[in-house]
Amino acid sequence: MPVFNQSRKNVIRLLFLVAFIILIIRLLFLQLASTQYDLLAMDNAVSKKIVYPDRGIIFDRKNRSVLENTLTYDLMVMPTQLKGLDTLSMCKILGISSDQFKERVIGAIMKNGRYRPSVFEGSLSVETFVQLQENIYRFEPGFFLQERPIRSYPYKAAAHILGYVGEVDSNILKRTNYYYQMGDYMGLSGLERYYENILMGKRGVRYQIKDNKNRIVGRYENGKYDSIAAAGRNLRTYVDIEVQALAERLLKNKLGAIVAIEPQTGGVIAMASGPTYDPNLLTGNLRKTNFSWMLRDTARPLFNRAIKGQYPPGSTIKPMGALIALDEGVITPQYGFSCGGSYLGCRRPIKCTHTNAGHASNLRVALANSCNSYFSHIYRLAVDNPKLNGTTNGYLKWKQYMNSFGLGVKLGIDIPSEDRGLIADTGFYNRLYRGNWNSCTNVFLGIGQGEMQATPLQMANLMCIIANKGFYYTPHFVKSIDDATAEDTILNPFKQKHEVTTISGDIYELVQLGMQDVVESGTGRVARIQGVAVAGKTGTAENYGIINGKREKLKDHSWFVCFAPRENPKIAVAVIVENAGFGATWAGPMAGLVMEKFLNDTLSDARWKEVERIENTEIILPIVRTKRNRLDSLRKERIKKMQNRVMASNHSKPSSPKKFPVQYMVHAVANLRHDEEQFI
Amino acid sequence: MKNNSFDEIKGIDWTVVVVYAILVIMGIASIFATTFRDEDLVSGFLSFKTDYSRQLLYFLISMVLAGLVLLADSKFFTATANLFYFIGMVLLLLVFPFHTDVKGTQSIIRFSGFQLQPAELCKVFVNLALAKYLSTQDLNFSKLKSQIIASLIVLIPSAITIMQSETGLALVYFSFFLVMYREGLPSAILIIGFSAALLVILTLLIDQNILAALLTITALLFLYVVRRQLKRNKSILITTIIIWTACVGIQRFAVPYFFSDVLKPYQVQRIYSTVGKDFEVNTETMSEEDIKKMEDKKKAGNYNVKQSKIAIGSGGMWGKGLMKGTQTRYDFVPEQRTDFIFCTIGEGFGFLGSLFLLGLYLFLLMRLITMAERQRSSFSRSYIYGVASVFFFHIFINIGMTIGIIPVIGIPLPFMSYGGTALITFTVLLFIAIRLDADRQMILR
Repeated sequence: MPVFNQSRKNVIRLLFLVAFIILIIRLLFLQLASTQYDLLAMDNAVSKKIVYPDRGIIFDRKNRSVLENTLTYDLMVMPTQLKGLDTLSMCKILGISSDQFKERVIGAIMKNGRYRPSVFEGSLSVETFVQLQENIYRFEPGFFLQERPIRSYPYKAAAHILGYVGEVDSNILKRTNYYYQMGDYMGLSGLERYYENILMGKRGVRYQIKDNKNRIVGRYENGKYDSIAAAGRNLRTYVDIEVQALAERLLKNKLGAIVAIEPQTGGVIAMASGPTYDPNLLTGNLRKTNFSWMLRDTARPLFNRAIKGQYPPGSTIKPMGALIALDEGVITPQYGFSCGGSYLGCRRPIKCTHTNAGHASNLRVALANSCNSYFSHIYRLAVDNPKLNGTTNGYLKWKQYMNSFGLGVKLGIDIPSEDRGLIADTGFYNRLYRGNWNSCTNVFLGIGQGEMQATPLQMANLMCIIANKGFYYTPHFVKSIDDATAEDTILNPFKQKHEVTTISGDIYELVQLGMQDVVESGTGRVARIQGVAVAGKTGTAENYGIINGKREKLKDHSWFVCFAPRENPKIAVAVIVENAGFGATWAGPMAGLVMEKFLNDTLSDARWKEVERIENTEIILPIVRTKRNRLDSLRKERIKKMQNRVMASNHSKPSSPKKFPVQYMVHAVANLRHDEEQFI
Repeated sequence: MKNNSFDEIKGIDWTVVVVYAILVIMGIASIFATTFRDEDLVSGFLSFKTDYSRQLLYFLISMVLAGLVLLADSKFFTATANLFYFIGMVLLLLVFPFHTDVKGTQSIIRFSGFQLQPAELCKVFVNLALAKYLSTQDLNFSKLKSQIIASLIVLIPSAITIMQSETGLALVYFSFFLVMYREGLPSAILIIGFSAALLVILTLLIDQNILAALLTITALLFLYVVRRQLKRNKSILITTIIIWTACVGIQRFAVPYFFSDVLKPYQVQRIYSTVGKDFEVNTETMSEEDIKKMEDKKKAGNYNVKQSKIAIGSGGMWGKGLMKGTQTRYDFVPEQRTDFIFCTIGEGFGFLGSLFLLGLYLFLLMRLITMAERQRSSFSRSYIYGVASVFFFHIFINIGMTIGIIPVIGIPLPFMSYGGTALITFTVLLFIAIRLDADRQMILR
């Protein structure tokens, strides 16, 4: 009987063989053909821990640190470990509702999965941290505290210079070719951005093996792939933080900017933009809220007017017009012009503030008196220079001079997003006047009006050119980088000297003396400093804005540019206060205070009183103020509501209302951008 | 008993013994690789508290039992086969009043520190009893009566095991149908069984109505092809209609009924997830506890297979080396010392290691068939075929499960998986075969 079925052994053998071949084919696919499992396994078991180096510190010219690294704490959550925890008391400590709690946990799971920790509340406030630290053992291992270094600013100043640090977004990730990773922090503006590579240092990476419960069990391959973190390097700057703080004080309740530069080096001593903000507002967990409120503020505190504000320079441009005419050889310093109160060379007379005879008998006198006729005339002389064959060429030459002075071009300062101002092209006039224009058409350029705009930084740089008698260094903040090597070429552009004229030193001296006269006996007397020869120039710039759909002439901008001491210049300053009227009224005294503080390193009590007076004067267009106040009351309302809610949820101890960390408050100031700003 | 000693036992197939030893040692090494936690090696091995040392202990016990088996007279097994079968059934039934709940199974008896899983052990007794029955003189396996008796020998313990929630172990008994096939069970029965299984799988994969239409079209096509013969032989038509009715009946009524009323929802879900579909359970009729249990089981099953595939897949060609597999070292694969032990080989030694292990198993199976075929006694042949079938079933289902082509059915990998009862059972199964083979010239009844 069995014999009959012997052939069936082969069927069974075949069955076994086929089954094993199926297994082997499947293994072939699993182990050799697909690569995803390798990655999945890495993802499962290897965690990449990034060791963040401390960011470099920034020092001022007296080696005081203007920003520091301090530790802040993030509350982290591990979603899988939440069972059985007293989440209600956690809600109470954080001042959130249990719905919000759930939302955040779900958010954390969506972001990082339930087996990995995510930030539950970032950059805890001091009170919350203290409360949590005492109680954290009750919430472990579902919650734990993780330290993270953040920036802090002991002087609460120089926000616009330093910039801020923030989490990278996907755009940056793409742009940097994924050098950064989600959750990394980097400098987003100011020096933090420009010197990011130096300040950030080098990240270290540690590969660690973890088990199925996400516990670290050792190092991956004995640290073969690890790299060591290198701390960020420090920056030494030209900034004098006390002068900077003074400049910011002076600009309180005003819109405007102050820039102070050391002429011999191009090093920026102070750069303030009003209104400004406390840089500490943009660290910690309120960064986003504060940022968005500042964005909505009509006074635009985030807008750095010193490099982005573009204003018609007004009379402050006159010394430059003189330089061009001298360099082209169309006038000599002895050149005089008879002005009877207005310039009549063109169809429309240009008014001059002086009518007495001889107030423009030579260059020095004309400068001291700021004679409109004189400078309109020499502008025309320069443009209509017979050597240059026609107005177009003459204007192009004039424009070339202005550009070489740094007007209408970006200077290249070491903070990002500088604006270039405006020196119009011949193409512009050709389009506007259909090719039919001459030196009379834009004669206003000679007195700093018309198609001409400059930033306060550019104006300060012009003062450097005059102070240096014909050259400048690109304005910059950073003097040196600690532990610099040959590879650090980032400071090279600032070591290059820009020669802009061929005029002799004697002639420069005459221009300087003319400016000294302005301060000693002319319109700029307000900027005088005891015992120091100051050379300066006031400016009053007409400007327009669109209010409720109508183009309206607004109150003039107040300019003052100067340098001191005249014989051996140490500081050059440009000040603008928007819509503040005559240059001498506000800008002049502010420039004087800044120079005095820098040169003498101190101010007398009387002068401090003057600082207070300026600080407390509010100069703001009514329309901006109204809008600002509306926003402010909205904000107060919001904060009040928040406090009430927290008190309601905290009714166990109603006696201790929750304190809120510093929040950005719009303190009734506003901003108007120079010309043609749209106000809805 | 005769005066036997190892020297006198001629004809022991040492090759099989060597393969067996290699497999068990690989198993202990794998268990060591996954559970070793930097403890002191000497105390780790001697304390018998670590899994690898316990497995070593089970190995030693197995060796002693193997020795006893080899020393026993071959006739002992034929003589006591039915008795053992009876004892086995009693043990199986004893589980009901005396079982302890361990991880959802109700198949374990625990006494004074030892755990015994009769369902595991019973494979030996069933195999002996089946061999005994199949070697009955004048057995005519084409008769329905003998088919039924043979099936009952196998299916009764299977049914009892199912009642203990050990579906995997219960399914193992079906492997004995291979033995019956070898001993003359009409292949039609196997073909019908296979077709039924195919039909069930198709039912899962294809929409009910479409499948019904396909079946109808197939039947009509068949009738069209044989239309000439139809005129002479009406029975073809009747048979076709009966088969068609049966098929449609199974796919429309029997399978849905079986899935909704016989199987547990989590089992249904596992089956569905293996064919790559999501099964929507009608949760209205279920208690909340059952729903939760089902979801837990579903999650656990999917998670296990996913992690197991990651572990094996990340092994690549050469593997990461023993003890260097990150997945198996750090507990990413659940149950990795028992049912998912293959992951350790797959991750640690890669495709080549897996190939070596599979080759070893295939060699063992082929060798067993060769052994079976050289027996003079049909008892020995049936028994050895039974051993081969049981091993084959375990190996194929277990490895298939770890690489995701078969639903998660918890059965151990022979000689490798951690577990005393399993190792002892497989050892005894194999060594009885070796013992019988040593006496291959004898005719045993």
